[in-house]
Amino acid sequence: MKIKTCLASRNSPNTARSFYDIFMNYYQEVMAAGALTVREKALIALAVAHAVQCPYCIDAYTRVSLESGSNMEEMTEAIHVAAAIRGGATLIHGIQAHNVAAKITF
Amino acid sequence: MMIPFAQRLEGLGYPELQAARVDTLQVNLGWRCNQACKHCHLEAGPDRPEQMARETVEGVIQAVARWAVPVIDLTGGAPEINPHFRYLVDRLYELGVHLRSRSNLTVLLDPGFEDLPRFFRDRRVELICSLPYYQEDMVDRLRGPGTFQKSLEALRRLNRLGYGEADSDLELHLMYNPAGAYFPPHQEDLEKIFRRELEKRYGIRFNRLYTLLNMPIGRFKEHLQRSSNLEMYMGKLAASFNPATVMGLMCRTLISVSWEGRLHDCDFNQALDLPLAAGLPQTIREFDLPALETRAIRLEDHCYGCTAGQGSSCGGRVAGEV
Repeated sequence: MKIKTCLASRNSPNTARSFYDIFMNYYQEVMAAGALTVREKALIALAVAHAVQCPYCIDAYTRVSLESGSNMEEMTEAIHVAAAIRGGATLIHGIQAHNVAAKITF
Repeated sequence: MMIPFAQRLEGLGYPELQAARVDTLQVNLGWRCNQACKHCHLEAGPDRPEQMARETVEGVIQAVARWAVPVIDLTGGAPEINPHFRYLVDRLYELGVHLRSRSNLTVLLDPGFEDLPRFFRDRRVELICSLPYYQEDMVDRLRGPGTFQKSLEALRRLNRLGYGEADSDLELHLMYNPAGAYFPPHQEDLEKIFRRELEKRYGIRFNRLYTLLNMPIGRFKEHLQRSSNLEMYMGKLAASFNPATVMGLMCRTLISVSWEGRLHDCDFNQALDLPLAAGLPQTIREFDLPALETRAIRLEDHCYGCTAGQGSSCGGRVAGEV
């Protein structure tokens, strides 16, 4: 079943389709060239795809990155940025654990 | 199921695709090449025996002289390797046509060919040179180990002679093609990146960058089959069909002559041994401009390779907006 059919035909077909179309229009506008180029946006999307671990997005934005002129060196660096931010966020949340522990322990 | 290309055009109101004129004669001087690139639609390489004979070269010169074809586009293989290459260039130069030659760059460093850049300069030959990326790894994977560094050296020599320089009329264009089963980037966007990176990293300059899509025939088709990508790639080509490319397709203004002297609608049809439609002149000796410039073009499904997305041709993209 195609994604559009699947997401637009359950229960309230008209409302669902409208939401789907609105989202896709928004998506396309966001990914089009603006202050950032299509190539830069594809690299951001590739990094986010890895951060949220979406296999479909990884597949799609690997292709889009290559087709917008990026190379594997740039794409790998983008993936490391995602890993660094995720890793850094994990680590910094350790403060919360330390604060909680400090509050409830002697 | 993919709709056959001819049927797709028919659906757009083109029962046949007609040539608009013939302003370029593309001459394939042979399939011998000092390289054996993974994407080559002609499967050219050092061991290929196919080379245009002197008699056929004379036929090309006579056709150009008689019909005043304004642009001659020399290709191969590596056209420079043909023993009659310089003779042909000299005769065509005397005829005053616009000369364009395609070069893989590395051949310009081979023994016996080092003086070719000056030869080209003295005859005002426009050069279209293969450089699929500005990084060594990507280029060498596609075109063989050591290709990138040799290509840079050849480009430096051409720059020193004035090729690709802003204040010179010696044109040096680069040709990009993807290093695999994906489409080329937007041509103008990639040109900006190439210009910035080649200048910054290597001090190399050029005029224009042309993007070319890998055609699913020859060695590239074998790669697609081996890597189980053929169905995906053909589906993507057909799904990306862009009607805005049709009127600008190169076959509408170009005719191709093979190393054997046979006429084809393009170099890809030549690779597939698809002759011109029945009833048309079939060889360079029979070249007849009025008949050729109104001909119906022979279409097969590989033609989707020229109409996908921004379109693709020997002169880069075909359509503006995708």
